[in-house]
Amino acid sequence: MRTKGLGYYAGRVLFYILVVFIVIYSVFPFYWALISSFKTSDALFSSNPSFLPTPFTLTHYQNVFSGAEFGRNLINSLLVAGGATLICLVLGVLAAYALGRLRFPPKNAVLYIVLAMTMFPQVSVLSGMFVLLRETGLFNTHAGLILSYLLFTLPFTVWVLTGYFRGLPRELEEAAYVDGASPMQTLVQVMLPLTGPGLVTTGLLAFIAAWNEYLFALTFTIGNNVRTVPVAIASFGGATPFEIPWGSIMAASVVVTVPLVVLVLIFQQRIVAGLTAGAVKG
Amino acid sequence: MLTVRQTRLAWLLVLPTLLVVAFVAGYPLAQVFYYSFHRADISFVEPTEFVGLKNYIFLLQDPDFRGALWNTLRFTVVSVFLETVLGLAIALVIHSNFKGRGIVRAAILIPWAIPTVVSAKMWQWMLNDIYGVINVILVNTGLIANKIAFLANPNTILWSIVAVDVWKTTPFMALLLLAGLQLIPSDIYEAADIDGASKWQQFWTLTLPLLTPALVVALIFRTLDALRVFDVIFVMVGVNTATRSLAIYNRQTLIDFQDLGYGSAISVAILVIIFIFVFLYMRVAGRGVRGED
Repeated sequence: MRTKGLGYYAGRVLFYILVVFIVIYSVFPFYWALISSFKTSDALFSSNPSFLPTPFTLTHYQNVFSGAEFGRNLINSLLVAGGATLICLVLGVLAAYALGRLRFPPKNAVLYIVLAMTMFPQVSVLSGMFVLLRETGLFNTHAGLILSYLLFTLPFTVWVLTGYFRGLPRELEEAAYVDGASPMQTLVQVMLPLTGPGLVTTGLLAFIAAWNEYLFALTFTIGNNVRTVPVAIASFGGATPFEIPWGSIMAASVVVTVPLVVLVLIFQQRIVAGLTAGAVKG
Repeated sequence: MLTVRQTRLAWLLVLPTLLVVAFVAGYPLAQVFYYSFHRADISFVEPTEFVGLKNYIFLLQDPDFRGALWNTLRFTVVSVFLETVLGLAIALVIHSNFKGRGIVRAAILIPWAIPTVVSAKMWQWMLNDIYGVINVILVNTGLIANKIAFLANPNTILWSIVAVDVWKTTPFMALLLLAGLQLIPSDIYEAADIDGASKWQQFWTLTLPLLTPALVVALIFRTLDALRVFDVIFVMVGVNTATRSLAIYNRQTLIDFQDLGYGSAISVAILVIIFIFVFLYMRVAGRGVRGED
């Protein structure tokens, strides 16, 4: 064994400087938004801003929730993202079971359609979706927004869940068949409980995608009744263009981001697995 | 017996998904193609009229479309390049064994978890020309003499937005590449160590070639994403000719100018451009992408 020389320790120090840099780079913008949301307006608009939330205030949070509007936006976002997630999980789990486990001749063709759709640019159906929502009377409704969100949540769900089903051991299914269970019973009683973790992860990823969506929400809603949080935050304005309420914008941003960050950190391992399964298993 | 029943059940299970796909993707796409050959306004006040290739001919001569295409291509090439380099560096760091790698992995998930609209707003505040923390840091450390209006100056506006996109999407790149790194068996490095290959040589001759499949997949995903960029630009600077992407021009034509026909033609053009990119990537690294079933 070689002894660890000066070069080794210099390398380690450089490595840890790199590590610290990566962490600061990733976290600082969120940290800055967080402390900005707790600063008084005087402290926000100072030529030498503090890196701590001093003086501390909750005024911006009170401002955000003082009107009924932002609360309404939050409920809209929950309804739309929750609805889209629920529908795509139910449809997705059925389709994925068939694609992952059953004898199904046009399986590859269906999988290619699904894969192509996960790469599909939303903007290229913008006008067609507009026409569809107009014709069905779903323009500026929660149902309309949910429907349009299935465009990107459903293919993703099917694709990832198919991967999960494929990964389950074949013996389980065969044992169920030997016991005389039908394929449908096998799905509900044997396979579904095993895909629980996969369903949670996939549902979470679909929910996040729908919660963050901006283009459709901006284009297919008018006024505040259906408007979701991203649209509301993007259009937060002051009385004049020179009075942008940065404190309130940061407070609203923190409100919608903290739950996501907490969820993502709790489900870290699974989300990383789900994300990469969605992309790498080509 | 069982297989026939299985096939029938499979059709039944897949059918709802196929119907939804046909309804939310197939039908709108057909509408896009239909209207791209028509003159139509989005409120349908005027009657729709067939105009053949007129919208497409106009598109080829439209300097605004060319400007948007040029902005989109610049944005895509630079941001995807930076994300790849940074993402690879971060993936290599996390992949090496050290105390605290869990913290690094958690930290890089934060930009990924933050909604694009929110990250655009956060950075817009940090890049503020007077009170923004980035200007404060740059001035206080003496790197610049005068504060820069990052989002107003035509020389910095697009690259400032690229920086935000890089911050937000590098984690995704890093995670995909990390998954790729973890697939590489570690014994080949042991063999290389015995042969006396330096870490640097090992990176170029072993890691990079073996990482190519993951790299290609990550590149495809990120390139397609960048080509349809809308949120980050629109939220930070709205419609501005210096940064107007194809997606922003498309929505502007459709909603602000109410032009359903020409807007649809732009949509088709975006689809074609994205298709060209996918085709090129598949051609360049087709072997790598297919992988195992």
